[in-house]
Amino acid sequence: MSFSLTAEESAIAAGDDGAAIAMRIVAEAARLMGAPRLIPIRSAHIDGALYHGDSGTLFAERLVEGGARVAVRSTLNVGALDLTGCSRVRLGGREREMARRMMDAYRRLGCEPTWTCAPYQAGHRPAFGTDVAWGESNAVVFCNSVLGARTNRYGDFLDIACAISGRAPDYGLHRPENRAATAVFDVSGLPAEFLASEIAWPVLGSLYGREIGTAVGVVKGVAAHPGEDALKAFGAAAASSGAVGLFHVAGVTPEAPDLETALAGTQPAATIRVTPEMARIARARLSTAEKPDRIDAVAIGSPHLSPAEFDLLERAIAGRRLAVPLYACTGRHVLTELEKTGRRKTLEAAGVVLVADTCVVVTPILPAIEGAVLMTNSGKFAHYAPGNTGYAVIYGSLRECVESAMLGKVMLTESLS
Amino acid sequence: MPGRGVTASALVLGAPISFWGGVDPGSGRIADVRHPEHGESIAGRVLFLPGTIGSSSASAVLLELVHNGNAPAALVLDEPDAILLLGLVVAREMGLEAPLALRLPQPRHHAFAGRIVRISEDGRLENAGG
Repeated sequence: MSFSLTAEESAIAAGDDGAAIAMRIVAEAARLMGAPRLIPIRSAHIDGALYHGDSGTLFAERLVEGGARVAVRSTLNVGALDLTGCSRVRLGGREREMARRMMDAYRRLGCEPTWTCAPYQAGHRPAFGTDVAWGESNAVVFCNSVLGARTNRYGDFLDIACAISGRAPDYGLHRPENRAATAVFDVSGLPAEFLASEIAWPVLGSLYGREIGTAVGVVKGVAAHPGEDALKAFGAAAASSGAVGLFHVAGVTPEAPDLETALAGTQPAATIRVTPEMARIARARLSTAEKPDRIDAVAIGSPHLSPAEFDLLERAIAGRRLAVPLYACTGRHVLTELEKTGRRKTLEAAGVVLVADTCVVVTPILPAIEGAVLMTNSGKFAHYAPGNTGYAVIYGSLRECVESAMLGKVMLTESLS
Repeated sequence: MPGRGVTASALVLGAPISFWGGVDPGSGRIADVRHPEHGESIAGRVLFLPGTIGSSSASAVLLELVHNGNAPAALVLDEPDAILLLGLVVAREMGLEAPLALRLPQPRHHAFAGRIVRISEDGRLENAGG
């Protein structure tokens, strides 16, 4: 398959400005991926503004100096700093300066300073069937699966290059023939009360990611729409344990009105029948600490908490005071609402530490404590916290997390039937 | 992907690696404690990769290594990996000298283990002793 640019694209790529750099990067990526052409995109979500080292900052500043601007609506994923000042990030002088310069550069490219991994709950919801270029694994999987817009898993540099050129390589999940499920993930053998519980979705997501890997799968056996926050938790956990870019839930997600449609009328290559034992083991695997005698912190909000999730948190706290800090990660779109209604003050008085614009696994916020233990209800935090923060993890439901934070030790009350 | 010819010692990896989290972007040391070559440095070596796994930030780690002078001298990949190679594309766009990358099926990698390897500018690979 040969690759070609249009005359207009070639002319842009031949330049010496920021737009030319972006077009050359998109074209080179298309060549490497075997795409025949570039296609126009309607929006982008940029994961590239998280500081990993000086070169990323210098690259973004090179684009700014070259006069580049994003050609489509582009929201920003989290950065390495909490610019709202809600929480304190323990980054040193030079790193802090370079991280801030990076965040500034992306804003100057015309990206919206949303600083959230849940842009789809901050008003950025591309229409069904439209092509977009999104980065950050949970945002990608939500965009494809729940909104039915079309994106590949765009990584650092390629996300902003697509946003500036307004184009993406035509391959992978942009093509309808690659969006049909080839595997069935059958949960109909699980008890209804488990499927209705909060932990079902992150636990099953983490199992799904391990079992399905890079394939497109369809979940079978879900009786009712579990709600958007449940699908968000499922996708985030699945995209942490596997390279999942798109899932379907028969009868729930937009490209799966029923199982047959999700499979595009073909026989699945694999069927995974989830047993209660598989779900029990998947839940156990989310914890790395064994019977710790204390917890040092609770972290929730990966992906960033929605207003509805704050309602649940407040209900669980019920006016009491926490013994250990509970880090609640969210976007400034939610923080603004919490401030307007006075709820931020109440939450902070109860011992909640709000974290905005960033989160506790991508930048040092949790205090450095030898042998520390973190409790979470997020499958994604459970996956990344041990490697990125040094904290061992205990997984539990939101209610279990709050009750444990009241006592400073693990309280698991909801057993898995 | 083209680049200047090199002669350097080979590092043949026994397992796929995730650059993000698996390689220290400051030093080029393999940081993944579960990786068979944990503790080895990829800086200045001809790096034979049986595969890459994991994060889409691999390109950012490779760019950082090119930027701070701790990139491999050359990359030899079983399969082209667009995300990793994008780090080299961006390095060139930034005016940095990026290592060349070429494709060689994994079963042929082990013949180069522990040897000094010469790669010519046109992508020919040979043992040069060691």
